[in-house]
Amino acid sequence: MIEFFQSPVTQTILVALNKGFVVTLELFFITLIGAIPLGLVIAFGSMNRLAPLARLTRWATRRRGQEPGRFARALIVFRPIQLITRLLVWIVRGTPLILQIIAIYYVPGLVMDGGTPWPRGEMGRMTAVCVAFIINYAFYFSEIFRGGIQGVPKGQQEAGLVLGMTRRQIFFKVTLLQMVKRIVPPMSNEIITLVKDTSLSRAIALQEVIWAAESFMKGNQGISGLWWPLMFTAVYYLAFSAIVTMVLGRLEKKLDYFQV
Amino acid sequence: MPILDVRNIEKHFGETRVLKDISFSLEQGQALAIIGSSGSGKTTLLRCLNFLERPDRGVISVKGSVIFDAEDPATQQESEVRRKRLHFGLVFQSFNLFPQYTALRNVTLAKELLARERPEFKARKKEILEEIEQEGRELLKKMGLEDRAGHYPNQLSGGQQQRVAIARALALQPDILCFDEPTSALDPELTGEVLKVIRTLAEQKTTMIIVTHEMAFARDVADQLIFMDGGVIVEQGEPHQVINHPREERTRQFLSRYLQE
Repeated sequence: MIEFFQSPVTQTILVALNKGFVVTLELFFITLIGAIPLGLVIAFGSMNRLAPLARLTRWATRRRGQEPGRFARALIVFRPIQLITRLLVWIVRGTPLILQIIAIYYVPGLVMDGGTPWPRGEMGRMTAVCVAFIINYAFYFSEIFRGGIQGVPKGQQEAGLVLGMTRRQIFFKVTLLQMVKRIVPPMSNEIITLVKDTSLSRAIALQEVIWAAESFMKGNQGISGLWWPLMFTAVYYLAFSAIVTMVLGRLEKKLDYFQV
Repeated sequence: MPILDVRNIEKHFGETRVLKDISFSLEQGQALAIIGSSGSGKTTLLRCLNFLERPDRGVISVKGSVIFDAEDPATQQESEVRRKRLHFGLVFQSFNLFPQYTALRNVTLAKELLARERPEFKARKKEILEEIEQEGRELLKKMGLEDRAGHYPNQLSGGQQQRVAIARALALQPDILCFDEPTSALDPELTGEVLKVIRTLAEQKTTMIIVTHEMAFARDVADQLIFMDGGVIVEQGEPHQVINHPREERTRQFLSRYLQE
């Protein structure tokens, strides 16, 4: 066993896998950092109640002394920002991530005259994959955030209002932490899925850990035909998801001091 | 001059009319009780006073100045509404304490946020915050909760939570303190401690509007009583007179149903 780990072949392979896993980790953290704030913005978009035609329609029907009909009622509840956001949520959640990665990487180059907008080589693949992951995860997160925000009882907001707080103060001082507490369990699920989803970037040959392991099947640095490195990547994913689970578990515990 | 004057308030939810032609006034230091069955519009009336609902018609004046006039959009500006709300305090049926804060912080939070807007806040920050905390502790003491200051809402009984909520409303020194069925969510044995606190406030001449189902309490504590039904004021007057000798048939029916229970 010790001999196996000390053999030069194994050493070469482990170094390559480590290097691949660093790429996996980079993708993981960049996605989180990008998708959480973007998800919050999208969540507010899908809750936006701006109805530009409501006032005009109400005024017009009232002027004619009628009750609003079917068409007028549709105009009153026409909320363009909400509508567009929810349409995008449907598209992003309704199509496979692997397809989104491929589309974001290749399609711009196919339709634009000047060729692909992404930088050449690994840098370009990484950028494209990060964009795809941030968009995809932001839309998933946005639905979790929306659930979290809408799950805070209305009475909390009303209590803030009658105490003379501004909407901003109510969000940051009252609602936010209650929302965080509510979303930690579903977010944990999503984040652990993200750990494994990073492997989908293999589709455009990003040199992450799966890609690195596969190379030893095909031939890399004089080593080929080995299948165990690919299986061994499971160890990396398991170890990392254990750490993620622990960190999120701690956060959950930290918020245990109050009940919502 | 009455501290609160409400004239011809009317409110619709879609097609349903929930308040019609509500008019009353309240003198400084008086307690007004509002009784009536569920759905009679009592809660909506309180919510209108606290700007949580916008009446379709009517005028609300506090200390002689108009704070809301349905005909005059200038009285309804969002930025103004926030300040005007501070004339009123509201204690909710379901307490609505902020669960992530201790009892003390629940009481002091809003006052602290308001203090931040004062020009001298930066210079005297520490002093002002200490002052606010001290006031908060005193209010909790008044509620008999001095040893519960560091507890979170989920560590308190319903009655204690409601008393924290009363302290929270009092912290901003509203002109008029409103109670929306403050004991309806409480077990009978916890109701007493909350009613006792409200009784003390009445003795100290706090101007109050109390929506309640506790008839005996309303009769004993209030200076004025309103019976509402179907969104209108059916009868109003001196509490003993309304409860013991109602003039209106509808009041009589309501009270007899209540006394049977």
